[in-house]
Amino acid sequence: MTTTPTTMTPACPPDTLASSDAVLTVDGLRVRFDTEEGQLYAVDGVSFSVPRGKMLALVGESGCGKSTTAYSILRLIQKPGHIIGGSMRFFPRDGHPIDLAALRDKDPLLYRIRGGAISMIFQEPMAALSPVYTIGNQLCEAIRLHQHLSRSQARQRAIAMLGHVGIPGPAARLSQYPFELSGGMCQRVVIAMAMIGNPQLLIADEPTTALDVTIQAQVMGLIKRLQGEMGTSTLLITHNLGVVAQMADEVAVMYLGRIVERGPVRQVLKHPAHPYTMGLLASLPGLARSKAKLPAIAGAVPSLSQRLPGCPFHPRCPHAQPGRCDIGTPPAMQSFSAGQYVACLRANEIQPGKVPQ
Amino acid sequence: MTTIPDAPLLQVRNLCKHYPIYSKGFMRRLIRVVKACDQINFDLPAGQTLGLVGESGSGKTTTGRAILRAITPTSGQVLFNDQGRLVDIARLSTSQLKPLRTRMQMIFQDPFASLNPRMTVRNIVAEPLIIHKMAHGSELDDRVVEILRKVGLKPEHRTRYPHAFSGGQRQRIGIARALIMRPALVVADEAVSALDVSVQAQVINLLADLQQEFGLTYLFIAHDLSVVRHICDSVAVMYAGRIVELAQVDQFFEAPQHPYSRALLSAVPNPDPDMPMRINLLGDVADPGNLPAGCSFHPRCVECMDVCRKTCPVVHRLSNNRTVACHLYEPENMPVSTGDGKGINMLPESQ
Repeated sequence: MTTTPTTMTPACPPDTLASSDAVLTVDGLRVRFDTEEGQLYAVDGVSFSVPRGKMLALVGESGCGKSTTAYSILRLIQKPGHIIGGSMRFFPRDGHPIDLAALRDKDPLLYRIRGGAISMIFQEPMAALSPVYTIGNQLCEAIRLHQHLSRSQARQRAIAMLGHVGIPGPAARLSQYPFELSGGMCQRVVIAMAMIGNPQLLIADEPTTALDVTIQAQVMGLIKRLQGEMGTSTLLITHNLGVVAQMADEVAVMYLGRIVERGPVRQVLKHPAHPYTMGLLASLPGLARSKAKLPAIAGAVPSLSQRLPGCPFHPRCPHAQPGRCDIGTPPAMQSFSAGQYVACLRANEIQPGKVPQ
Repeated sequence: MTTIPDAPLLQVRNLCKHYPIYSKGFMRRLIRVVKACDQINFDLPAGQTLGLVGESGSGKTTTGRAILRAITPTSGQVLFNDQGRLVDIARLSTSQLKPLRTRMQMIFQDPFASLNPRMTVRNIVAEPLIIHKMAHGSELDDRVVEILRKVGLKPEHRTRYPHAFSGGQRQRIGIARALIMRPALVVADEAVSALDVSVQAQVINLLADLQQEFGLTYLFIAHDLSVVRHICDSVAVMYAGRIVELAQVDQFFEAPQHPYSRALLSAVPNPDPDMPMRINLLGDVADPGNLPAGCSFHPRCVECMDVCRKTCPVVHRLSNNRTVACHLYEPENMPVSTGDGKGINMLPESQ
């Protein structure tokens, strides 16, 4: 795509995340919701970068801010939410970098980026498609908004794309409505719609959560295959660590609006450094074959309205030290091992697998 | 609780729930029948947990509800061991059924939809006791406090409304409501599916503790196989309204016999990145209103033979508590039988 030059803010900070070849670099993103309960920082200083051609997974439990982060990238946060800080620099293949956080709400460039260079797959396939338009109508709309094609060319392109995502009889599907398709087929249509502009960055927000495990496996395989064929970079939002392990190249674990650990998938899942990541992995049933008690993380995710001093995880952390973890500002990200970063003061003192009584 | 040890708490025999579909207009001809659950057979001994697994639309929930008589089954028997007396729940009249309702309870999937937002926790949890006139006054309050403590909530939570609780706490309220009657049988319909990983682990532990303490028997409806492996004693796999495989949990996970069970297991993403998935299941779940001829699974089956397209497989008993409904286990298709059924694994692992 062609971009109008310099929407880049002059005060863009130097690249802190070593993104030699990143497609998106988010730095210090903060999103605040002004509600009756007070000001909630749903995303509080999140930094990550999506490597070109790779898949980064953002994992965490509900309410940790992973979807808010995804929506922020396309500037889809609605009131009472605001992006109040940070930069989100998108590096198109050709053209200048664009700071998505600095664009005005109705910037024409934003409309070209959405569904064009950056596209999104939503969680509920049935809710992401309009029930009153046919599949063909909705697909061709996406094509004709971003590409200068005639109606019949757009139709041909839509048929080709539906075939590409594995929908049998694509030509006949164009005149069908979403209710006539199963959940897995609808999700394929949503994927086709997202991929039809040949995006450079695909944001997949829980793309398989609403699907059965067998359909989930098919959809995961499809996203992975399209990523390989089209060279798309992907930001995958999920809470399923199994999906992360099987799909992603890198992973960032979020807790209460912050990234607590990030690094290559194998390293983070095999040698987690943050107690929260360790707790999440340990509480998965099925790994331990015994009927023993699952080592659940104590307590529940606290409300965003009560901001605690110190590390946000300290009330639930088995390794927390009074007077150290519960005072001051939240710990900063520090390097732990090659490519692995962790926001924990005690990361180097904790023996993996050992929980103090 | 006194139950005869030799009779299982629950015996389900040929349970069916069919929904007729009529044509539009005046004549309302019967066009077809949706077999939401068809020929369901299993035994559930007291104190054990049976996991009912399958994809959405496979009839798991219908089976659970038909067993509790929340919906009336079309045919079949549900024999419930009520303190030594076998009663067929499917045949009882409403008035005969009411006293038995105290012995069977349900935990629902969605902790947000299953609690009335206009009732306090005390009223939600106490309602079953009031309906069945089992307690009143201070005794009622004492029992509410006791059960709230048991499920990990505090007595002062009684006066609050459901909106003040998180998803995990709401599910605890739902569990308290089900257990305050001291039931023998609990049908947990996707009880932990809507919860986050860390909270899910807490609720699974709670269900296991309560089973120990009250001697509960669970029918655990789930789609998450790792949860089933963790808490169930046996597994029944459903596909398009029928049970295709029934086995003890260890046997099932070590050597699944039905091609669908193998496909289902292969589709679970392993949280270990060094254990890659081998997905061997294509296509969509069969539509129960428009089932293919022969075995319902044959269009997706990697081991499909000619006979599968024509005739519906019968249930084969491989060993004492292991059945499978598949043509692969017809005697003429089985080269070796090792007697106890455990060694029947002559099929190469499908790639």
